[in-house]
Amino acid sequence: MSSQVPLAKQVRKVLVGDHAVAEAVRLAKVNIVSAYPITPQTLIVERISEMIERGELRADYVRVESEFAALATVYGAAAGGARAFTATSSHGLFYMYEMLWWAAASRVPLVMAVVTRALGPPWNIHDEHTDILAMRDSGWIIGMAQNVQEAFDMTLTAFKISEDERVLLPVAVGLDGFILSHTAEPLDVPSQEDVDAWLPPRNPRIPYVIEPGGEAITMGNLPGNDVYHAILKKYMDESMESAKKVIAEVYDEYGKLTGRNYGPLTECYRCSDAKYLAVSMGAWSGDIMNAIDRLRNEGYSIGLLRIRYVRPFPEEDISGWINGMRGIIVFDRDYSAGMGGVLAGEINGLVPNNVSFEGVLAGLGGFDVSADEFKAIMRDFVDKTEREGLVRIRKYWYIPKIER
Amino acid sequence: MSVAERIRGSLLSKPAEGAGGRTGTWRVYRPIVNYSKCTKCGICWLYCPENVIDWLEDKSVRINYDYCKGCGICADVCPVKAIDMVKEGVV
Ligand code: SF4
Ligand code: SF4
Repeated sequence: MSSQVPLAKQVRKVLVGDHAVAEAVRLAKVNIVSAYPITPQTLIVERISEMIERGELRADYVRVESEFAALATVYGAAAGGARAFTATSSHGLFYMYEMLWWAAASRVPLVMAVVTRALGPPWNIHDEHTDILAMRDSGWIIGMAQNVQEAFDMTLTAFKISEDERVLLPVAVGLDGFILSHTAEPLDVPSQEDVDAWLPPRNPRIPYVIEPGGEAITMGNLPGNDVYHAILKKYMDESMESAKKVIAEVYDEYGKLTGRNYGPLTECYRCSDAKYLAVSMGAWSGDIMNAIDRLRNEGYSIGLLRIRYVRPFPEEDISGWINGMRGIIVFDRDYSAGMGGVLAGEINGLVPNNVSFEGVLAGLGGFDVSADEFKAIMRDFVDKTEREGLVRIRKYWYIPKIER
Repeated sequence: MSVAERIRGSLLSKPAEGAGGRTGTWRVYRPIVNYSKCTKCGICWLYCPENVIDWLEDKSVRINYDYCKGCGICADVCPVKAIDMVKEGVV
């Protein structure tokens, strides 16, 4: 993140990640919010309901009986032209699973915060990225924030990205359960006037509007020809591709407004002179950077590529950074059964055969991985490659010893 | 053509009768209106999720069996119980 003089007047606040997301929703002047409480997401919608009650946000809050209904509600609201928001986590997200596909393929602009959390069994409320990554084929744009400031920025920019006429796809903003959602950090918040100038109200007619007394249209009906299905998927793919450009533009403007410049799809830390590359996403990227600083002090030439958006998949960025590296080590806090780490699986195909590769499965179910542990894992990988030449390990299970 | 226009052109359709919505042989129950009881209130017309009940000039109702899926909502909402759901093939 390079700094420049921001145009906006900003106020420094200290907020937990969930409240930072609520703050962004307030500034975006969302019209409709619907959600069902699920840990660790609950603070977001509790705070929004307080804002509505105090008159700080003029929005309708719809209480529903399940996450399926929560997403169905905001989907309907967005199809009717409203700016809408919901939030969920883990099992709640999976309860919405069918609606995820309906919202994306119907091309309604929507923003949803996903506070990442492991899925049971065993019952577990701690952090893991498997839930948000299970959305990746549905057609949502998916980002993962690294800290509270980024959770705020990603939420605010999500509305602009989602509503862009070249995109028209819903956006999921991921933040690590408890690690970001319940941890207070200082962040800079722009004023309402500056946000208003940058993010005007949604144009309710784009992509279409369903309204009482309006033109009679049906949506999601049986098409006359099954080929329409394929045509729509191709349109979705084209929108995903143009989203790469739109995300870059939106962050460019946002950087001018706030002085905070992001990647935008990826960010590389100490990469320009690196011979090895670690890859990660989400909050623990900070710990990995810390480990990389220590390894650098010991003479190891390694950098960290942080994935900010998993969808659209930043293939070109990743290939560009991999080019010329001796080894790539990917950290996954998620697991695709029968396959391995999800990021490792996606990135593996971009790594040439003569480059070392290791996919590390760690932190599943939320156990902490310290900077020292990251350092040891990365050092072993680099040492092994230097010693033995090519190393190709698709799945390395990092599981610390437990006291019984 | 903008993305929005393309979506409008392919995702949305105008409500009309089409082969896609035609009931095949799978309807189990058929709604039969008992016109001697019917008060012509039009509530069945309002509630039919398939929009297959016509409410004619004289306010009488006609069910289009080509498209009726036999869900029974009309029979359920009729305030005077003028619609019976009868097993297909019986009438
Ligand atoms: S049975 Fe269902 S589909 Fe048929 S007319 Fe009645 S409400 Fe409409
Ligand atoms: S709801 Fe019953 S009474 Fe009213 S029009 Fe329909 S059949 Fe007749």
